[in-house]
Amino acid sequence: MADNAVLEKDPLQQPPGVEGTMERRIRFPMVPDGLYRAILATVAGVFCLVMVALVVTLVIKARPAFAHFGFGFLTGTTWDPVHAKYGALPFIIGTLETTAIAMVLAIPVGLGTALFLVHAVHPRLRAPLSTAVELLAAVPSVVYGLWALLVVAPWARTIIEPALASITGSKGPFSGPQLGIGLLLAGLVLFVMVLPTMVAISRDVIASVPGEEVEGAYALGATRWQVLWRVVLPSARVGLLGAVTLSMGRALGETIAVTMVIGNSTAIAHSLFAPAATLSSVIANQFTEATEPFHLSSLIALGVVLLAVSVVVNAAARLLVHSVGRQSSASVALV
Amino acid sequence: MTLIEGQDRNLVRRDEIQKLATASEGRRKIYSKVGLTICGLFLIIALIPLISVLAYTVQRGVHAWSVDFFSKLPTPAGIPGGGIWNAIVGSLIIDGIAAAVAIPFGIACGLFLAESDGPIVGTVRFATDVLSGVPSIILGIFAYIVLVISLGHFSAIAGSFAIGVLMLPIIIRASETAIRSVPSTLREAGLSLGSRHSTVSRRVILPAALPGLITGVLLAVARGVGETAPLLFTVIGSEYFATNPTQPMAALPLVVYGDGIQAYPDLQLRAWGTALFLICVVLVLSVGSRLIAARLGRVKR
Repeated sequence: MADNAVLEKDPLQQPPGVEGTMERRIRFPMVPDGLYRAILATVAGVFCLVMVALVVTLVIKARPAFAHFGFGFLTGTTWDPVHAKYGALPFIIGTLETTAIAMVLAIPVGLGTALFLVHAVHPRLRAPLSTAVELLAAVPSVVYGLWALLVVAPWARTIIEPALASITGSKGPFSGPQLGIGLLLAGLVLFVMVLPTMVAISRDVIASVPGEEVEGAYALGATRWQVLWRVVLPSARVGLLGAVTLSMGRALGETIAVTMVIGNSTAIAHSLFAPAATLSSVIANQFTEATEPFHLSSLIALGVVLLAVSVVVNAAARLLVHSVGRQSSASVALV
Repeated sequence: MTLIEGQDRNLVRRDEIQKLATASEGRRKIYSKVGLTICGLFLIIALIPLISVLAYTVQRGVHAWSVDFFSKLPTPAGIPGGGIWNAIVGSLIIDGIAAAVAIPFGIACGLFLAESDGPIVGTVRFATDVLSGVPSIILGIFAYIVLVISLGHFSAIAGSFAIGVLMLPIIIRASETAIRSVPSTLREAGLSLGSRHSTVSRRVILPAALPGLITGVLLAVARGVGETAPLLFTVIGSEYFATNPTQPMAALPLVVYGDGIQAYPDLQLRAWGTALFLICVVLVLSVGSRLIAARLGRVKR
């Protein structure tokens, strides 16, 4: 059909004697092959240049901070614009903690959902459920942030945090005042936000496990759970690792929803209920207030750290996912 | 060991295995039930927050919607009757400029990736992959350095730049996939008629790949419209009606962010209304791209 659609438009398909079409065709500018290739290569080259410029400009603007603080920038625990002391450690810890909360929840829930979608759900429900999950990945992050701040934060203050505190006896990470906004809420929002990505990619990876292996296991009398646990998961493990890494990359870099709910404190949080900040949230929060050059440079230096981490994580994830091969167009668009 | 002894041993082992299998059957079935139930519960756990986001946005956002909401400028907290008209126009301008540059550029890159080979192709593909994983706030910083510092003031065009760079990897990857899926026989037929590569691309390849291209473009625009972080310190937002792209401008995601974090209920209501509008726009674009992709699939079969 596609072939026909194209051929119908092709003037050469028209009956002989319709001379005008050939004439009209020649009137279009004929770009020589060499020039055509050169144009495409130039566009691609410009794209690469933009990428290089992205890295170079950030590094140049961040240099004053790196030059002044050296390695201590990464290990410094104080971020104090008033006294021009800048250390990135509170935000690196904040980023790792929120991402860890999100992934601890997203890995089992996302994997379970993907397994259920591919192997257990009624075929008629499979497509609508998958579509629903994917459409939710398209919901802008600022909307998740609004929902988390105005709907979930009160629940966190009155239900989730008191419950966690009473179960654990208010010790260690579950101590301190229950504010609603803080590390825990930011982690929970990230969990909700990376879930569609996690489900969509793991679903594709799980669906690409060879049918012969699955059928073979069933033929040997394995139960459905045994097939999932001993055949599907081991066979899909590389791709699933890729899905996890990719979701992690999203959680590390997510900005606006986290900024809205984390409380934006530049001190290292000693409780999950306490306000904190991540690399991206402190940039979003302080960038326009940074009048002092060192402040701006240090914020951009945080950006360089974030860029480096996300490039490494995403490159690793892509290698893992690509090694599995087949992906639906939907999940290609997601990642 | 004689042959018979070996056979005997095999028979014994088969018996043992059979016994074990029957004995474990009940347990295995229970395990299976429990495991699948947990997976099903996870599906429900996954759906609850996602449904909750949509339900709350619709329930609260609808109350903000009115004719004034879509046609008036914003009013300060406490003064009723304001709207988001300037943000709608602002988002149209910002994302329009971004798309106008990113779409042809991205499709050209996609053509390059699909039709060439060599070391540059690998580099471009790697750059695309890396860029799609770069947090959007980094693109905001990039646009700030390139366009805000050099121009000396915040501007909508800087936001367009950041959003355009954000759209590029999505468009490039979708168009490469779409162009690759065009049967090579079509290209060869065109070339064998004596057409040049550029003619074959324009008259055969791109028309055949059109549904895939449109899908990619719509997804990229949907993504760009909802992004907030790259606009924070480029477009910066505005209370006024502005159409000059070299000046600060209002934008829909900035309204949701800026009004949502205020303590005034009427501003929060405006944030909900804008969020609902944003979700509608994004879902229309996503569903549209899906319908086109589905049609493409049907045509192919």
